[in-house]
Formats: sequence, structure tokens, C-alpha cells
Amino acid sequence: MTVYFMCAVLLMMGLYCLVAKKNIVKKIIGIVIMDYAVNLYLITIGYKNNGVAPIIEKTTSPELLERFVDPLPQALVLTSIVIGLGTLSLMVSMVIRLYEKHGTFDMSQISKLRG
Amino acid sequence: MRATVGLILLAVIGVGVGISLLAIPFGAPKTEIGDYYIENAREDTGATNVVTSVVVGYRAFDTLGEVTVLFVAALGLGAVLATAGGKRGRSGVEPASLILSAGNIFLFPLILLFGAYIFTHGHLTPGGGFQGGAVIASAFLLVYLSSPGKRINESGATLTESVSGLVFVAIGLLGLTYGTHYFLANFLPKGTLNTLFSAGIIPVIYCAIGLKVGSELAGVVDNLMEETE
Repeated sequence: MTVYFMCAVLLMMGLYCLVAKKNIVKKIIGIVIMDYAVNLYLITIGYKNNGVAPIIEKTTSPELLERFVDPLPQALVLTSIVIGLGTLSLMVSMVIRLYEKHGTFDMSQISKLRG
Repeated sequence: MRATVGLILLAVIGVGVGISLLAIPFGAPKTEIGDYYIENAREDTGATNVVTSVVVGYRAFDTLGEVTVLFVAALGLGAVLATAGGKRGRSGVEPASLILSAGNIFLFPLILLFGAYIFTHGHLTPGGGFQGGAVIASAFLLVYLSSPGKRINESGATLTESVSGLVFVAIGLLGLTYGTHYFLANFLPKGTLNTLFSAGIIPVIYCAIGLKVGSELAGVVDNLMEETE
């Protein structure tokens, strides 16, 4: 249970970063922290007490098969990480263009300048 | 002001998330579908890594969508960063130190080999196409850091990406004709467990994904490094 709350704390830290910071790069870091908090949470849902990685070897006995952790959240998080990378690269490219146009990373300055 | 509003918002959302988390037990037994995958993945797909059999076997169509999302993101990055005056050179960057440039010559082929190992063994060991592709892209990042004058062959990267994407879709369409007649059905022999040539179409698809992700991320690195002057 504590592990879930730590994930929630990480999520809240990312959200605070997103809401309170003015620098766009810091906002992006906040989004990435939130992304990883959700990934971490999904992975811990699949955990089983005394669990092992779900990879079958020649020596794997039926008892060990019972100890395998849930493979489904891991597969879904793999998707989530890749899509997180895609959105991150897109955000970074837009910030690069914004900086070239306005010469600042400060969100309040950028919204004042207008064109 | 901004920080106070942020903290109030955070407190409300935090309490909401915390209450919903209380109901979920930690370290509980698996979901039913997770049990099904562990019991039947060997017979159904022939892959011994259960996560791989879920990603490229049971949910291969999802993975095709995921690859598409990554492709669109790389395309969007290229479109946003495209400069009107064509490609700029990176002549203004100062050359890297001797250690980095000498280390690059030694490490570049080894990193490529490691990436290829990860995606060809995706059905046996931890790893797979996405991880292997990321490792391959990191080799190209090392080249960009060590020798500022060098660029990747862009038409080669585009060709690799398009061909491997087409291979993925073509394998899926072949599954409609052969095998059990659904999209991305396995039509190759499953082979013996725990050997390199096993699991039917899974290693082929993972090789295609590995090459596609590797060339895409190398293109992303190329676009971003072009901006540094």
C-alpha cells in the first residue's frame, strides 16, 4: 500500500511542477515525472509477493510458474513508455521553436509578447 | 499566488487519488488474463518471454498502433523543426575531446551489435524491438557527440524505416491468407522452445520493430542536434 502512495506523491510532485513553474522546460520535466509515476504505479499493480520475472526457462518448474508476476501491466507499460517518448520529443521540438521566436522560456513573458 | 493555487489543487487531487488507491491490495494474485497468458503463452505463440508473447503475440495489433504513434511523433518533430533554408551545417560546434572520438570508433560497432542482440532475442530474454532500437539510436547519438561534422545518411534511415514498417504490415496481411486467417496470425513453424529460431513470426516482427525504432530515433537525434549551433 505504501508503494502506491509513493507513486501518488511522485504524481503530485509532477503536477505541482506543471502548475506552479513558469519555465516551459520545467513544465515538460513535470509532465515526464507524472508519466513515470503512472508507469511505476501500473508496474507495482502487477507485482506479486515473492514474484519472479515472467520468462520461462528449461528449468522452470510449475511451482515457479505460480510465482510469476502479472505480464499484462508490463506489456502495457512498454507501450506507455514509447508513447511518452514520442510526446516528449514533440514537446521539446515545439519549445525549441518557441525559444527561437521569443528568446525566452518564461511562459508569462511569451503570452505577453503576442506575435 | 500561483504556488498557493497549485498547492490547493494538489491537495484536492491528492486526496482523491489516495482514497481510490486504498481499495487496491498490494502484491495480490494476478488478473485472470495474466494467469491465462502465463499458462498458455508457450503453446499459443512459442515465445518463452511471456511479456513478449503478449506484446507481439496476443496484442500485436496494439503494437502496430504504437509503432504508428512513434512514427507520427517523429514526423511531427521533423515538420516543426524543418528550416526554410534547407539543412544547416553544424560547423560552429567545437570538436570533441580525444577520449570521446577515440572511444566512439571502438564502441560504435559494439553498441550496434548489442542493440541487434537485444531485438533478435526478444522472445527469449528481457528486451525486444523497442529497447534494441533505443540502444541502436544511442550509438548514433554517440557519433553526433564525438564528431560534429558527421551526419547520418538520411535517405538510408528513411529507407530502413519504411521497409521495416512495410514488413510488419505485410506479415500481418500474410496472416490473413495463411495460418488461422486473422490479422497478424502466426503462419511460421513455432520451432522448439528456448532456441533462437522459434516463436514463428515474433522474432521477424521484433527485428522489423527494432530497425524501425532505431532509424526513427536516430532521425529524432539528427533533427534535434541540427538545432545546436
